[in-house]
Amino acid sequence: MAVYNKVETREAPSNSKGMVYWLRANLFSTPLNSAMTILGIAFLFWVIPPFIKWSIIDANFAGSTRADCTGDGACWVFVRAKMDMFMYGFYPEVERWRIHLTYALFFVVIASFKYLKQAMPKIIIAIIYFIIAFILIRGGFFGLETIDTNKWGGLMLTIVVSSVGIVCSFPLGIILAFGRASKLPIIKSVSVTYIEFIRGVPLITILFMSSVILPLFFPEGVTFDKLLRALIGITLFQAAYIAEVIRGGLQSIPSGQYEAADAVGLSYWQKMLLVILPQALKVAIPNLVGSFIALFQDTTLVLIIGLFDLLAMVQVTGSDSHWLGFETEGYVFVTLIFWVFCYSMSVYSKSLEKRFNTNLK
Amino acid sequence: MKSKIAKISIATIAALSLSASVASADTLSDTLSQGYLKCGINSGLPGFASADSKGHWSGIDVEVCRAVAAAVLGDQTKVKYTSLNAKERFTALQSGEIDLLSRNTTWTETRDSSLGLNFAGVNFYDGQGFLVHKSLGVKNAKELDGAAVCVQSGTTTELNLADYFRKNGMKYKLVAYDSNDQVLKGFETGRCDVITSDSSQLYSLRIKLKNPAGSMVLPNIISKEPLGPVVRQGDDKWFNIVKWSYNAMVAAEEAGITSKNVDSMLKSNNPTVKRILGVEGKLGENLGLKKDFAYQIIKQVGNYGEVFERTVGMGSPLKIKRGLNALWTKGGLQYSPPFR
Amino acid sequence: MFALLRDRKVRGILFQLLTIIGLVAFLWYIGTNTVHNIEQRGIRTGFGFLTGTSGFAINDSPIAYNETYTYWRVFFVGLLNTIIISVIVIFLSSILGLIIGVLRLSNNWLIAKLSSAYIDIFRNIPILLQILFWYNVVLATLPSPRKSIELFGSIFINNRGFYVPKPDMNSTTIGVMVSVAFVFVFVFFLNRWANKRHEETGEDFPVLYTGLGLLVVVPIAAYFIFGANFNFSYPHLRGFNFTGGKTFYPEFLALTFALTIYTATFIAEAVRSGIEAVSKGQKEAAASIGLSSYQALKLVVLPQAIRIAIPPTINQYLNIVKNSSLATAIGYPELVTVFAGTTLNQVGQAIEIISMTMLVYLVVSLVVSALLNWINFKMKIKER
Repeated sequence: MAVYNKVETREAPSNSKGMVYWLRANLFSTPLNSAMTILGIAFLFWVIPPFIKWSIIDANFAGSTRADCTGDGACWVFVRAKMDMFMYGFYPEVERWRIHLTYALFFVVIASFKYLKQAMPKIIIAIIYFIIAFILIRGGFFGLETIDTNKWGGLMLTIVVSSVGIVCSFPLGIILAFGRASKLPIIKSVSVTYIEFIRGVPLITILFMSSVILPLFFPEGVTFDKLLRALIGITLFQAAYIAEVIRGGLQSIPSGQYEAADAVGLSYWQKMLLVILPQALKVAIPNLVGSFIALFQDTTLVLIIGLFDLLAMVQVTGSDSHWLGFETEGYVFVTLIFWVFCYSMSVYSKSLEKRFNTNLK
Repeated sequence: MKSKIAKISIATIAALSLSASVASADTLSDTLSQGYLKCGINSGLPGFASADSKGHWSGIDVEVCRAVAAAVLGDQTKVKYTSLNAKERFTALQSGEIDLLSRNTTWTETRDSSLGLNFAGVNFYDGQGFLVHKSLGVKNAKELDGAAVCVQSGTTTELNLADYFRKNGMKYKLVAYDSNDQVLKGFETGRCDVITSDSSQLYSLRIKLKNPAGSMVLPNIISKEPLGPVVRQGDDKWFNIVKWSYNAMVAAEEAGITSKNVDSMLKSNNPTVKRILGVEGKLGENLGLKKDFAYQIIKQVGNYGEVFERTVGMGSPLKIKRGLNALWTKGGLQYSPPFR
Repeated sequence: MFALLRDRKVRGILFQLLTIIGLVAFLWYIGTNTVHNIEQRGIRTGFGFLTGTSGFAINDSPIAYNETYTYWRVFFVGLLNTIIISVIVIFLSSILGLIIGVLRLSNNWLIAKLSSAYIDIFRNIPILLQILFWYNVVLATLPSPRKSIELFGSIFINNRGFYVPKPDMNSTTIGVMVSVAFVFVFVFFLNRWANKRHEETGEDFPVLYTGLGLLVVVPIAAYFIFGANFNFSYPHLRGFNFTGGKTFYPEFLALTFALTIYTATFIAEAVRSGIEAVSKGQKEAAASIGLSSYQALKLVVLPQAIRIAIPPTINQYLNIVKNSSLATAIGYPELVTVFAGTTLNQVGQAIEIISMTMLVYLVVSLVVSALLNWINFKMKIKER
């Protein structure tokens, strides 16, 4: 009778597992790879330790005045002292609860969306939210003191400009996308002309136009607030890009969907709004987030026409004669804020892309 | 459906704005009915217009706005300030976003004739100068051959600079920026050797430097820069109101009326004083204002000398001498046509 | 009547008619208002201002310019600077983007991670912020002219710019430059010929090495033929500043660095997605017919990847042209800065000036999209 001895599974040979193997396979597989790895490590050593030394080890964190900046590194005291300016611009201190409340309500609205399944109540709630936000931030109603838009600034203004830009450009973008996909020649050419015109010129020229020429378009006495003019320019600009993103979504809808909607006797608007658009939007969402990131970055351009967004605040606070020479800290701080916002949105858009991809395949 | 709604709303907006335009041919009655004066100022130039941390504006240009508000509305606080950069200022006035532009603006023929503007006077006689680092060892602008010069772009300053160097056969490297803050920063970081600007501005930029004592304003004045309040063309009544509000401040200084003694001056026997303060005659009413408009200006804002001293003169950090801005009786150019 | 309305065609026409009426009414409303406003405010109109003398200087002009030239000239100086900065950034960002895009897929873990970190960091920071950072932080902290960083005794780096020697425009210089251009044209046609021969006979011709060889030999030959007389003008400190040589101003450098680094992230992503889009089967098929990995890359993967990567890359080129307008924030004298900025301030005719500026960008973008369509057409897989 044969005797079977159980033989333990042998471990993988040491040259195909473990730290050393990983290093060899991923970093030192060929001479060229080894050279690149060494270059890469040298680069990291060249960049990271000085930055850490400057931003943390040699930096000053505590204190409230210029005199507290004693180290060789960064002086984050500057950012702390000017934090209010970075966040709210010149918005009066006693009224800032209104901004906080608006932010808080935003999360309430987002939370409520989890429980609402229908689109209509969501849209209504969103519209109500925007009205409340406008009343809260600007004031002038219900005994709230009016805060002129020239006192708005910092991160708060950046958020206002980008969110108003995206919300207002959205319906216009949908109409333009429908127009471009339309079979009616005049509607189509008007939409195409608009979209291509806007996409062909830099945002800054549109902002110049809205700040310098727009007042001439309307009768004397009709005036627009400086911020409103910027918002009009940004909305008109963004609508063309949104339209293109939605067009991409529309093109991905198989023609069977159009034909089926026609077959059950839906009118054009019923067909587009109830059948086509919801599907197109779903496909377009990752790209819409991408275009929102672009818009969020583009809002910095309003500083060129004299609005004080987050980036402009670096210049404003940096030219305070008590705090000259700390612009670098301001730029690094603002860079960090923009980066965190944009990076988290892009991660979100990538995750959406993955989710929708699996749905389609 | 949707675009029909859009169209209807466009039509409605159009109709609304048309109806709004009917009322606005007359700046005075507009200002009276809205209860405040819409005034455009610099966004930050200490001495001319700058805001403190609470958002209160002060400066010699701001005082002109306040004087007009006092004359028209009887209350110098009833002003809505709009801060403007060099590019926006004329459009803002032309479009009616503001009714008075008081933003260290140089009076030139082109601006007067081709931009649809009227200059209502000169509240500051300025001239262009140079600010240099003392370490350069330069004592005179004629030694600036080859220097890098920072200047605010799109201003008369930029044109005068070109003229001056050409006239003297010198070369320079232009560094032009959009705003005074950038100009200052360029000078601070060493991008340029010299700042050129109206000399009053140089003083106000200088006190913003990290080390003001390390720099100096050269003695050369290379241009004439009469700065003054501006109104739209086509509304002569409003033009006159601004002009005479300003004249009232100068006339008050000529007659020795100050914000402190104005009440006792009401009883003065001097006919000139009586006419200025509206005790005698109907000068204010001809302008469409109250008889005591000048009294309100002097009482609430002060005469020209008081305003000058507290905003840019010895009572301010700028410490600019009266110079050309002294009264004509004291060797300056400030001169009010008679109140008669 | 109502029955007519139910007809789709009739309704379509009606709807379009309404749109036209609405549009015309809107434009007419704006037009009459503008005309009225301009007349009432006494604003000068027309393009007569273009022949007026500008009166201001421009610090960095590729063509002869001083303050006695006209506004037309200002327009062209701005336009040329826009073109120059765009071409340079397109060239640099393509190279950087290609390298990063390829490295992103490297099998070297560290390099792949570094490349993707580079992309994630720089594409998520607004371009204007990057421009200002380079200008106000990096370049502004360089030493002053008198304490310049000196390289090889003839290159100087300070906070007023980078100064390099510039060859005089004599016959030798021109001859060498012409010879280099000649080599490029020659290699272009050589490549066409080699491709054709390869298709017909299957024989390869080493175009790359021939080209590189010519690029070394021909200019050297040209140097001696045309008198062997290189004459450089060297930068030297005189008075306040350096004179002589070629100066790259900080405004130009900040814009170039920021735009290149920012746009390269997008081009890298385009390159990466192009390479990734080539299906695995293609690579395996290439391996199975015995191509080396270099041959597989050159003959199978890249031709397909390029087809996918080119359209988004050209879109990025267009973005470079448009983003160059942000120069106005730091004062590099391109179109928006000197024309829509300085000239507008001096002249005040906003409508004419902004329209001309927009038209320039519009023409550029129409030309580029025409080019893109043409390339897409050329690149389409020709099925036989």
